[in-house]
Parts: sequence; structure tokens; C-alpha cells
Amino acid sequence: MRHLLSTADLELTDVTAILDLAEEMADVQHRSIKKLPALRGRTVVNLFFEDSTRTRSSFEIAGKWLSADVINISAKGSSVSKGESLRDTVLTVAAMGVDALVIRHMTSGAPLQVTGWTDAHVINAGDGMHEHPTQALLDAFTLRRHFGGDTGSFSGRRIAIVGDITHSRVARSNVILLKKLGARPVLVAPPTLMPAGVDSWGCEVSDDLDAVLGGVDAVMMLRVQRERMSGGYFPTPREYTIGYGLTRERVSALKPGTAICHPGPMNRGLEISADAADAANSLILDQVAAGVAVRMSVLYQLLGGEDQQ
Amino acid sequence: MTELLISGVRLVTGPDDHADALPAGTQDILIVNGRYADPSQSSADATRISADGLTAIPGLIDLHTHLREPGREDAETVETGTLAAARGGFAALLAMPNTVPVTDTAEAAEYIRTLGEKAGHAQVFPVGAVSKGLAGTELAELGLMARTGVTLFSDDGHCVFDSRLMRRALEYVRPFGARIAQHSQDPRLAGPDACCHEGEVSGRLGLPGWPSAAEASVIARDAELTKLTRSRLHVCHVSTAESVDVLRWAKKRGIDVTAEVTPHHLLLTTAEVEGYDPTYKVNPPLRPDEDVAALVGALADGTIDAVATDHAPHARHDKEHAFGDAAYGMVGLETALGVVVETMINSGALDWDGLVSRTSLAPGRIARLGDGLGVRPVFGAPANLTVIDPGRRATVDRDASASLSRNNPYHGRELPDPVMITIAAGAITYSRV
Ligand SMILES: [Zn+2]
Repeated sequence: MRHLLSTADLELTDVTAILDLAEEMADVQHRSIKKLPALRGRTVVNLFFEDSTRTRSSFEIAGKWLSADVINISAKGSSVSKGESLRDTVLTVAAMGVDALVIRHMTSGAPLQVTGWTDAHVINAGDGMHEHPTQALLDAFTLRRHFGGDTGSFSGRRIAIVGDITHSRVARSNVILLKKLGARPVLVAPPTLMPAGVDSWGCEVSDDLDAVLGGVDAVMMLRVQRERMSGGYFPTPREYTIGYGLTRERVSALKPGTAICHPGPMNRGLEISADAADAANSLILDQVAAGVAVRMSVLYQLLGGEDQQ
Repeated sequence: MTELLISGVRLVTGPDDHADALPAGTQDILIVNGRYADPSQSSADATRISADGLTAIPGLIDLHTHLREPGREDAETVETGTLAAARGGFAALLAMPNTVPVTDTAEAAEYIRTLGEKAGHAQVFPVGAVSKGLAGTELAELGLMARTGVTLFSDDGHCVFDSRLMRRALEYVRPFGARIAQHSQDPRLAGPDACCHEGEVSGRLGLPGWPSAAEASVIARDAELTKLTRSRLHVCHVSTAESVDVLRWAKKRGIDVTAEVTPHHLLLTTAEVEGYDPTYKVNPPLRPDEDVAALVGALADGTIDAVATDHAPHARHDKEHAFGDAAYGMVGLETALGVVVETMINSGALDWDGLVSRTSLAPGRIARLGDGLGVRPVFGAPANLTVIDPGRRATVDRDASASLSRNNPYHGRELPDPVMITIAAGAITYSRV
């Protein structure tokens, strides 16, 4: 594996290797001194064109616990408005001697384009409405633990992904990865938030959350941006919550043990109720913890095997 | 007196009738002082070009070129753009008004004309803006521009979306015999970030999409406004099967609507966007196979009247952004004829008379150019002629271009490369014979 751009590029064996190694990395979190020497002398740059404290911190901690030098560069705002091309920004950063670039960009495909301009390993930390592969990997890690261990535990599992599918890189990455693992994703959204061509994604699609909820093993709620309201995607937050929110009533309609996930940050009271977020079977904080372990695993997979100077 | 005799050529004239026309199949073409003359009258000191095995067609005319001058001379100048046009076999082109400043006054139009004359590689006809500054709110000085000879008006790059303004524009230009060329795209439906055809590919790649309805619905509205105003409409770069259906419906009702298609919409599909290469970011976007097939069919049966390049040069750094942030457009003047030969002639969709009609006669007629443009060669008229080798092929090399820009979507692809000689207004502007 040279880059991590898309879950579509991962073979099942890659996924298993990443998740298995993440299990080992997770143990580091419980040590008093959380440091492995694996990436000593390697430089990882978090190049974020779009703010995300959560994802950036997670990559930063992952890199530091592996002893890499981690540098954060915020290239906030479109490079177009600053008058510098994406290529120039990347060449400038890469010229400083970088081993891995973790890229977050508000435009789909940017990390893939970057691979053409640098020898560094590129990790997609979320590109536009396209993909967020480490999020899908940490979701898989969390669910694998919840379902009980080996990869076979995904087979046949129905997992509802609910909310703004159109604009969600989390949904795209998860659909691909969950299918690869043998699960059956079910996409639930009002028709205005369902992307064009979704019929070709090879999964069940529904606009009726209540009809879906009783028969799933996990439910992933997606963050809904309130700005979508002014875009005419739904009339009011109240109507959205009544139609597609994981309300207290809906939590009680779930089969016992159904996992509740959310990539964060949550809009409590909009797409997810406090009862759902804080329920016993909510894995939301486990997801955050898994994020560090999975990103350590990914960084190690990309950089760890290389000869060190 | 200058005399040029092209011998051994096969003239394809297109279907138009004219009493003084050079007969189709003519073997010798004589050009005296820039005008067609009777070859039996040629004198001994005429310059002779042997064109055995080559074909001559009326000089190509491009209804839709972005020359970028004034304002973005780093991407293209009138000099380099018309040089590219000559290499592509074009005798004349219409220069879109979205320059800096915008061509929205008579003086600006005259300036473009002067730059074209100075360059001398192709006849340059300015297209005037419909609205001041392309802002879509107030009419530009359409009448004053028309008085300087502007025959086509467009806010290309933007849709004249205000239906009331569009109605006024159509109404106002009617007495001048001019035509409104519309970039048909509902900007509200498409949204400001759209950069891909809305469908399977946009959904999977996470690119904001334009639904086909954003184009077809504006064409339908404009057809109604054209009927209401008894005016003339030209639809730029038609890109979908739905738009073709609307055009067919409008033409059947006797509405004076003409339409163009770009070479790239005849050959390239949405699949090109898979790698997020901004070279393939174009407006309107590349469409799926079904649309491409519908466009080829519509150009063949005349529902779409003309081919136009939408040659849109961009400096490298304006394309070296993330796909969604990069500039729209691709260059096309030098490869246009090759792509049309490949998609229309080599596929059997169109014959050579049909090609002449779509690449020269129709564009000249739509823009009412006159001066031997848009008509089959006629004795006494200025010679505008493209001599081609229909079977010649080559691998496209973007770095070998005369254009200043390199956003060439065919780089590395083998295509027909037929243009051998271009003659514009009687003068040889390009030759590799
Ligand atoms: Zn246009």
C-alpha cells in the first residue's frame, strides 16, 4: 500500500491487516507511556485545507505515539482564493522533506491529484463529498469489536446509514468498506439527500427510517448540516428530526444490542437525541478512541516498513 | 496580381446551390487576388500547389472561440489563438465576449476586430455581450454593436437566466437581424459548485452535478420566448439527449432556433472524469454514452446545425487545482476537424457534404458572415478554403500546439489530423504541403 485514498482501493486483506494492527496499537492507549519508536525520524504533515479539530488531533496523536515528527499546516480557505494553485501548495510543503501527507480538502479528488505531484505517501483525511477512508476503517474497527472479534462477524449484518448521504464522504467510504467485509448497508434519507446514481451502489435504499430500524444490527447516524435547510433539502429541523432523527422512541424500537454510531460532531436534538447518544449501546466514544489506533495502524502500514536512515 | 493554382484536388462543396458555384469534384482551383477564378484562365506565372489525392472543403468557421485577449494574455492572445485556428483549418471564428473588459460596447467590438486584422491568421468576428458586464441584469448596447457589424450576442459562460431580460434581448435584436446565442443552463438548478454531469459518476465521485434538466429546461423556455418575439435563437454547446428532444420539438414548430455541439461532446464521456483530472472539467460537463450517441445522431440529421469548438484556453496554474476549484474548459481549435472526422465520417454517421454543412456553411449562415463565408465556393467571391488529407492520422501532442495553453483533452490520443492548407480571405494562413 503506497497511499490511502479510498476504501475502494483496499483489498480485504489490507483491511484485515489494518484492523488487526490497530488492535495492537489500541493497547498503547492503556500504557502509562504512550510511545512506540516505530516512526522515529519520519515526518508526517497534516495539510488541512478544511478545519477539522477532531480528525487533525487524531492523526496528530497517532503520529506522535509512533514517534514521528508531526507538523500541522492549515491551508484554510480555498487555495484558489489565495491565488496559489493546489500543486504549488503541495510542492512547497513536500520540498521541506515530508514522508507522509495527511490531506483534508473540501473538494473531492484532491488527495488523488496530490499523488501526482509528490513522492510522499498520501492519506486522505476527507475529500469533499467523496471519501473519508480512515473514518470508515475506525467504524469497522469499532463494529468488529462490538460484533465480537473476527472479520466473519460482519457477514450478513445489516447496517443502516442514516442522513445526508449526498454530501457525506463518511457514507461513501462506509458503503464500500462494509460491503467488502460482507455486511449489508442500508441507506436511509429523504430523497433530497440521496445522491444521483445511488441505485448502482449495490445496497438497499430507503426513505422510511422506521421501516428499516427494527431489522438492523447497527445504525450510523450522519451529521446533518443546518445549512442544508436553506438549500431546500428539508423544510425545518423539526421535520427532519421527526422523519429521520434517532429519537428516544426509535432507540426503543431497535433490537437489543443494536450498535449506535455517529462520526461526530453531533447535533444533539437534530439527527440524534441525547438518549441515543448516551445509550448503553452507543459506540460513539469508542469510535473516537478507535480513531487513534486505526490511524496509528495506517501510518505504520505506509511508513513503518521502509528503511530508516 | 497574385495567382494561386491548386491542382489535382477534389472539391467537396456541400449541398447549397448557387449559379456561379465551382462545381463539386473540381480538380483545379484558381485563386486570383484572393478570389475564386476560372482555372482555364490561369497564367504561366501562377504559384502552383499540387494537391493530388487531397480534398478541399469550404474554410471552417468556428462559432464559439475564447481568445482571452484582452485580459488573460497569459492563456491566449488573438495572435496565438488565430494561429491555432489556422492550423485547425479555420478561415474565420467568432470571439466570445467574456474577456476583461467584456466585449459589451461598440468600441470593445471594434478593438477585437482590429486585433484580429493585425494578427491576420483568421478572420475574427466579435460576439457582443447580451448584458452589461455579463451581469445578466441590464442589456448591453446591442444596437450600437450591431451597427459595427456584430451579428451574434451571447453572455456565454453565464446563462441569460432572467426570462424578462432574455425576452427583451431577443426582441431588441430582431430588427438588426442578429441572433442571441445562449449558454443554456439554469444556474439555480445546477448550483454554483457543479462541475460534473449529475448521474452515476457524480454520485460515486462526490462531485456536485448538473442534471440534464438544467440545460433542456432553459432551451425549452428560450424556444417559447423566441416564438413570442419572432426572433432568432442559437443554442451553444448542446450536451444532452433531452436538449436534442427539445430542439427537435422547437424546430418542428417553426421556431428559428439553431444549435451547435462541440467536438469534445461528440467524443468524450463522463468516464474521463474518473481520475479527477481537471483537463476534463468543462462546462457543460462531459455526459454519458447515451447523450454522446444522441448528439452524433442530432448533428447527422440536422437537429443540431453546426459544430463549434468552445476553445477555452487556460494557463496551467488555473487548472492545477482540485477538480472542483479548477477552471472550466479545454482547448479545441487544432483538433476540432480531426474529432469530427473520427466521430461523424469514420463512424459513418455523416458524409462529406454533411460535414461541410456542419462545419462551414451552417456556422457562416447562423452568424450571417457573408464575404464568401458560409457559402459554397463561388467564382468572384473571396476564397476561404481548407485543404485536407482525410486519411491522415497522428498522435495529439499538447506541447506542439500553437495555442498558449495546454489544457488539451486528447493529449496522447491518436486522431485524424487532416488539415494540410488553410486559406482565409484569399490568403494562405497555414500550409504543410
Ligand atoms: Zn458556454
